[in-house]
Amino acid sequence: MSLTGAMLLTQVSVPQVSVPFSPEQASTFAPHVDALYAYLLLITIFFSTLITLLLVVFAVKYRRRQPDEVPRPISGSMVLELTWTIVPLLIAMTIFVWGASTYFKAYRVPHQAMEVYVVAKQWMWKFQHQTGQREINELHVPVGARVKLTMTTEDVIHSLYVPAFRIKQDVVPGRYTQLWFEATKTGSYYLFCAEYCGTNHSGMGGHVIVMEPTAYEQWLAGGAGAESAAAQGQKLFQERGCASCHQTDPAGQQGRGPTLYGLFGKQQAIEGDGTVAVDESYIRESILDPQAKLALGFQPIMPTFRNQVNEEQILQLIAYIRSLGQPQGGESGGTAQGGGGTTTGPTTGGASPTTERSNPLAPTSPRQGNPSPQLPPRVGQGGAANANRRQ
Amino acid sequence: MSNELTATDARAHEWRSRFPTVNYLNADYGIKSWLLTKDHKRIALLYLVSVTFFFLIGGAYAGAIRLELLTPQGDLVQSQTYNKLFTHHGIMMVFFFLIPSIPATLGNFLVPMMIGAKDLAFPRINLLSWYIYMLGGVLTFSALLFGGVDTGWTFYVPYSTNFSNTYVVLAGLGIFINGFSSILTGLNFIVTIHTMRAPGMTWFRLPLFIWSHYATSLIFILGTPVIAITILLIALERLAHVGIFDPALGGDPVLFQHMFWFYSHPAVYIMILPAMGVVSELIATHTRKPIFGYSFVAFSSLAIAIFGFLVWGHHLFVSSQSVYAGMIFSLISFVVAIPSAVKVFNWTATMYKGSISYDTPMLYAFAFIGLFTIGGMTGVMLAALGFDVHVTDTYFVVAHFHYIMVGGAMMGYLGGLHNWWPKITGRMYPEGWGRFAALVVFVGFNLTFFPQFLLGYMGMPRRYHAYPADVPLWQVLHVMSTAGASILGIGLLIPGVYFLWSMRYGRFAPANPWPATGLEWRTPSPPPTENFAVTPVVTWEAYEYRPVEEMRVIGPGESAEQAAGVQPPLDRAET
Repeated sequence: MSLTGAMLLTQVSVPQVSVPFSPEQASTFAPHVDALYAYLLLITIFFSTLITLLLVVFAVKYRRRQPDEVPRPISGSMVLELTWTIVPLLIAMTIFVWGASTYFKAYRVPHQAMEVYVVAKQWMWKFQHQTGQREINELHVPVGARVKLTMTTEDVIHSLYVPAFRIKQDVVPGRYTQLWFEATKTGSYYLFCAEYCGTNHSGMGGHVIVMEPTAYEQWLAGGAGAESAAAQGQKLFQERGCASCHQTDPAGQQGRGPTLYGLFGKQQAIEGDGTVAVDESYIRESILDPQAKLALGFQPIMPTFRNQVNEEQILQLIAYIRSLGQPQGGESGGTAQGGGGTTTGPTTGGASPTTERSNPLAPTSPRQGNPSPQLPPRVGQGGAANANRRQ
Repeated sequence: MSNELTATDARAHEWRSRFPTVNYLNADYGIKSWLLTKDHKRIALLYLVSVTFFFLIGGAYAGAIRLELLTPQGDLVQSQTYNKLFTHHGIMMVFFFLIPSIPATLGNFLVPMMIGAKDLAFPRINLLSWYIYMLGGVLTFSALLFGGVDTGWTFYVPYSTNFSNTYVVLAGLGIFINGFSSILTGLNFIVTIHTMRAPGMTWFRLPLFIWSHYATSLIFILGTPVIAITILLIALERLAHVGIFDPALGGDPVLFQHMFWFYSHPAVYIMILPAMGVVSELIATHTRKPIFGYSFVAFSSLAIAIFGFLVWGHHLFVSSQSVYAGMIFSLISFVVAIPSAVKVFNWTATMYKGSISYDTPMLYAFAFIGLFTIGGMTGVMLAALGFDVHVTDTYFVVAHFHYIMVGGAMMGYLGGLHNWWPKITGRMYPEGWGRFAALVVFVGFNLTFFPQFLLGYMGMPRRYHAYPADVPLWQVLHVMSTAGASILGIGLLIPGVYFLWSMRYGRFAPANPWPATGLEWRTPSPPPTENFAVTPVVTWEAYEYRPVEEMRVIGPGESAEQAAGVQPPLDRAET
C-alpha cells in the first residue's frame, strides 16, 4: 500500500536538489517543493540578470555625452514584442503545470492514512490520535507513515504550518480542512500558526516529533488511561442521549432518527432533492444544525447540539459513528476498530482536560532516505492500537 | 492670436520676464485660498502634504516593528502592541499613502496639464475628494491614537468581527469614507481624459502616464465599492450580529477573504500602475527617446487593470478554497504577469541607443525596473501553487510585496517627485544630494527586504512578535533587515530636507529643464493657474523630440527663460 503511495509521489522523478537557505527536508512533499523552487529561482535569476545586465550595458554605452544630443527615435518592433510576450507566457505555463501538479499532490488526501484530529484555539494546537492520546502543541508521528490531519478551530482562523514538511493549511471555523504528510526523517520540527490569530499568534506553535515506528509504539503505549477516540465518542453518544433516537445496531428497530450503523461513507438521500455524502462535515453539520440537510423520511425534530458539545467532542462522535459497521480488521478507515460498542475501557471523561505529554523515548539518530516500503501506512490499526486498547 | 502682441502686451511681457511670473502658487494668498481652491495643482499640493504626513506615521510604525525584531524574544513591546504596530503600519501605508500617493499628487497635478486642459472636469469634486480623504484619514488615525486596531490591515474575520476588542469599526469607517475619495478621483480622471484633451491630442498621442492613470481610475471606480461593502458588512456583523461571515450564524469566513481580495488585489495595481506611468515618462525624458512599443505599453496597462480583477483567489490557496478554483486563479495570475513583463522589456529596449542621463529621476527609474523585476518575478513564484503553499503567510510574501510597493510604487513616486519638482515649485532640487539620496534609498531598501526572502523560505511566518532563537540565521537576517531599514529611513529623510530647502533656496527652474516633450513642460514653471496661456494644439506624436520648433514653450514662460539667458539645449542642437 505504501508502495503505491511512494509511486504516486514519484511519478515525476524529482532530482534531489538542495537549495540554500531552506529548512530541512523532512517529508515526501519537501523535495518536490524544493525542486520547484530551484526551477523558479533559475528563471528568476536568469531574467533579473538579463534585465540588470541590459540596463547596465545600455546605461554605460549610451550615456549622455553631449548635453544637447537627441538620439534617433526607434518606435518599436512587432517581432520583439511578440517574442517577449510569447516566450514568457510559455515559460509561465510550464511553471503553472509544475506548480499545480505539486499542489494537487499535497491536497489529494490519500484514503489510507493514520488519522489525527486537530482542534486549534487561541493559542494552542490540540491533537487527538485515533487511539485516544491527546497532545497539546506537540504531535508525535511515526516516520514513513502517511498521516492525515482533519482540522477545525474553536474560534478564529488559524493555519497549520510545518516548514520542514513544506505544508500549510488554514484551519477554518465551521468546517473541516484536511492535510496530509509523510515524514521521511526522524527528529523534532517546528510547527507554526501561519494565519494571524490575535494577541499571542507568535506563541501558537510547537513541534512535530517524528519517531521510528517502534519508538512511536512505545510512546503510544506510554499513554496510560487513554481510550480510543471512538470509545470516547461512544460514551458521549450515550451521555447526550443520542441513542434514544439513533439506532447503532443493524438488527435493531429504526429509531426516530436514522440508524447510524454503516452509514459513514454512504450516500444519504435528503429532504428536498438529491443526496449528500456522509462524511465528517455532514455529521458535524447534522449535530450542530440538524435541519440543514434532513435525511429523507425523517421528521425535523432533532435539537441542535451547538454549545453542548465542543469541537473535540464532535470529532470523537464522528470517530464513533465512523467506527459503526466498519468491517472488523478491514482495510478501510483509519479509526480504531472498536466494532459496535464493544470497547470497554477505563473512563476518562471525553471533555476532561488533557495533560501535555512529552516524548518518552527521544528519537535516536536522524534517519535519512526514503520510508521503508514494508511499513504499513496505518500504524494506528496495528499493534499500537491493540496494545493501547488492552489497557 | 498675433494681434495680442500689442505694445502694452510686450511691456507686460517684459515685466514678467524680469520678475517671477504670476503662477498658481502666488496668484492668491492666505490659508483660505488653499483650503477652498479649485485648482487641481493646489489640490495636488494639499494631497502631497497630507500623504507625506501619513507616510511619516506609517514609517514610524515600521521603525518600531524592525526594532522589535532585532531580537528573537518579544522584549521591546508586548505582543498586543506589536500586533497594533503592524496593523497601523499596513493601514496607514496602504490606504492613506500608497493608494493616493501618485494618483492624487502627481496625477492631480499632471493629468490636466499633460492633456492640455485648464483643470480637471470637476474641480469642486476634486476638492471634495481631498476633504473626504482627510476625514477618513483623521477618523482612522484617531482610532489608532485612541487605542488602536490589532486585526492586521486585512481585517480577516472572524477575528475582526467576534474577537478583537479594538477600534475596528472606527478604523474601518475611516477606510470606508476614504474609499469615496478614490472613487471621485477616478471618476474625475476618466471624464477629464475622455472629454478635455487639447485639439490634436489623440488617444495615441497621450503620454503613457495618462494611459496608466486611466487604467488606475477604472480600478478605483470598479474595485473600491467592493471594499466599502465589505467593511460595511464587518460593521454590521460586529454591531448587529448579522450572519454574513460568522459560521455560528450561518455565515462563511472565507467569503470575507474573497470579498476583501476582490478589491485588495486590484488595489496593488492601483499602487503600481501609476508608478509604471511615471517610469514611462522618466525613461522617455531621460533617454530622449519615444517609449519603445508605445501601444504595447499603453494596452498592457489596460490589460493589467482588467486581468487584475480575476486573480484575487491566489491569496486563498491554503484557505480551504477548492483545489480547482486554486488552479484557475493560478493560471490567470500567470497571464497577468505578462503585461508587466512586456512593460519591463519595452522600457529596457527604449534605452537602447538612447541618450541616457544619470539625473536623479533616471536613477529612480533604473531602481524601479530592477526592483520591480525582482518583485514581479517573485510574484510569479508565488503564483505557482505548490510553492505558494510553503511560503504564503511567511516573510517571503512580505519581501515580495515590499519589492512591489516600495521598490516599485515608492521608487516611481520619488522619481516622479524629482522629475516634476521644478514644474511644481519652480525651483530645482540639488542634483548631487538627489543622486546621493537615491543611492542610499536603493542600498537601504535591498538590505531591508532581500534578507526577508531568505527568512520566508526558511519558514519564518509573518506577523510574529517573537521568533525561535535556535533556528540558525533567523536573527542574523532580521538584524540585517533592521540595519537596512535604518539606512532606508535616512535615505528617505534626505529628499524631505532638500525639497523643503529648495523651495526657498533652490535654483530657479526653467520651463523645461530636462528637456521633455510633454505639454506640461511647454508652460512656465510653476504654471499659471489656467495652466496654458493659449490652448495648445498638438501636432506631434508622444515623446517626439523633433521637430524642435514643436518643443517651444507656449506663452510668456518662453521669454522668461530667454531673459534669464537659459536656452533650451535642443535649440542649440539645432543651430
